[in-house]
Amino acid sequence: MNDTLNTGLKISKTPDCRKKEMKMDQIIYTVKAESISHSFTGHQVLDKVSFQVQKGEIFGLLGPSGAGKTTLIKILTGQLSPDSGTAELFGRDTRKLSAKERRQIGVMMDNLGLYDRLSIYNNLAFYADILHVSRHRINDILKELGLYEARNRAVSKLSKGMANRLSLARALMNDAQILFLDEPTAGLDPVTTREIHHTLRQQKEQGCTIFLTTHNMYEAQNLCNQVALLDGGKIIDMGSPTNICQKYNHLNRLNITLKDGRHITLENDSSSAPAVKEYLEKNMITSIHSTEPTLETVFIELTGKGLNEYE
Amino acid sequence: MNNIKAIFKKQVKDTIKNKTIFIQFIMFPIFTLIMSNSIKIEGMPENFFVNLFATMYIGMAPLTSMAAIISEEKEKNTLRVLMMSNVKPYEYLLGIGIYVWSICIMGASFICAAGNYSMQERLAFMGIVAVGILISLLIGAAIGTCSTTQMMATSITLPVMMVFAFLPMLSLFNETIAKIAKFSYSQQISLMLAQISNLDIRMETVCIIAVNIILSVIFFTAAYRIDFSHPK
Repeated sequence: MNDTLNTGLKISKTPDCRKKEMKMDQIIYTVKAESISHSFTGHQVLDKVSFQVQKGEIFGLLGPSGAGKTTLIKILTGQLSPDSGTAELFGRDTRKLSAKERRQIGVMMDNLGLYDRLSIYNNLAFYADILHVSRHRINDILKELGLYEARNRAVSKLSKGMANRLSLARALMNDAQILFLDEPTAGLDPVTTREIHHTLRQQKEQGCTIFLTTHNMYEAQNLCNQVALLDGGKIIDMGSPTNICQKYNHLNRLNITLKDGRHITLENDSSSAPAVKEYLEKNMITSIHSTEPTLETVFIELTGKGLNEYE
Repeated sequence: MNNIKAIFKKQVKDTIKNKTIFIQFIMFPIFTLIMSNSIKIEGMPENFFVNLFATMYIGMAPLTSMAAIISEEKEKNTLRVLMMSNVKPYEYLLGIGIYVWSICIMGASFICAAGNYSMQERLAFMGIVAVGILISLLIGAAIGTCSTTQMMATSITLPVMMVFAFLPMLSLFNETIAKIAKFSYSQQISLMLAQISNLDIRMETVCIIAVNIILSVIFFTAAYRIDFSHPK
């Protein structure tokens, strides 16, 4: 991680947190979902979803709106009971977590759940009392997330980016072992998105496991160690972004732009060699690119629809 | 206990900036002070406005504010975040409930101060009002708990509040209404406040108030079980 890119954000963990990490070291998988199914009024939202998230990795759940991402987060955080299957955190059923274990979870939902009339500081002060966190931590985290100058501003007067950062600050306040982030950068400008990504990478470096949902393929590709592609409540593929893209490398094409303005797409294999050779010999080529598959193209290939489409 | 204290403190800060809730607590004490000092009609019972506004205050302020606070937390998802932060439903409800009860008692003490009472009568007044506030608070909590939005809570609260707050006043003018109103806790409280200088608590009054308390506890428990015990 290059700290020169730092935009003033540096999240540090307290000694207490490290002690917690020591205790959790024996558990390889922080999150384990086994055959989770759930439906709302007859509509199947999740269908036998299974995966494991290793300790210290960033796991991205990628899918269009309505794919079941938020429902899965609600099940994993114990807000919702699945119709069937089991969800485990730290090796225990999410519905049977102790108070201590619950305090090791940080959650940022798409609906931020902030107190509009209270200031940034008072929002965090309230949760500091609830989570038994020292008040000193509030100022530290506000400085780390670039909210310190605006600490006395009411939440109702914050921009979406600032409100998202405040929600992230609340999730980070208790030095959580695992963060559940539901579309943490949805609707944010590129600068705020980059800052949040930077913060998440820092958290990962410090051993925090991050489970995030997104329909932004760049976020998934750049940030995640593992991604699961979710469509219609089913995981259609899972693995590291690089592996998934390599698996569907048959989508790799050669895009050639000719000097006469024509655009030609050829297969990226030996069958295209004679045509490419001919264009080169006749000095007809302006540019030539290989188009490797992205998570988005893989998703379209598998489902026939884009990540920004609604279910 | 720590969580209840934190919720209480949060609610104090929030109410100061929430004009719609804040006005509930100060409107009736101010009205009482103005009316009892500015209107003097011959033959009007002593402390008439104090009793009238105290009953309205009991029927309105705790009920509407409790329902509004809980339903707002539900609508804005803050309650869900609290539950995920390991706050137990009863801790949340106690934190909010103690806050609303305390601030209503403060308001009631201003109303009481506007009346011409002896110290013993003031104590009796505050005791009666405290019971009334508790019943309204339970009904308000039940409405807030079973509502998903503030709009929904308001539409349920309004008719309920009108019944409990205005029945005692309407029963002054209509005997049929008085016969029905006597089964409500607000009417019984209004009657007790009117006889405070010569307070004689009858068995009928005790029974009616006890039944009202039991019904509000049942209503609240049902709402609590449906909403808090079964995560949706």
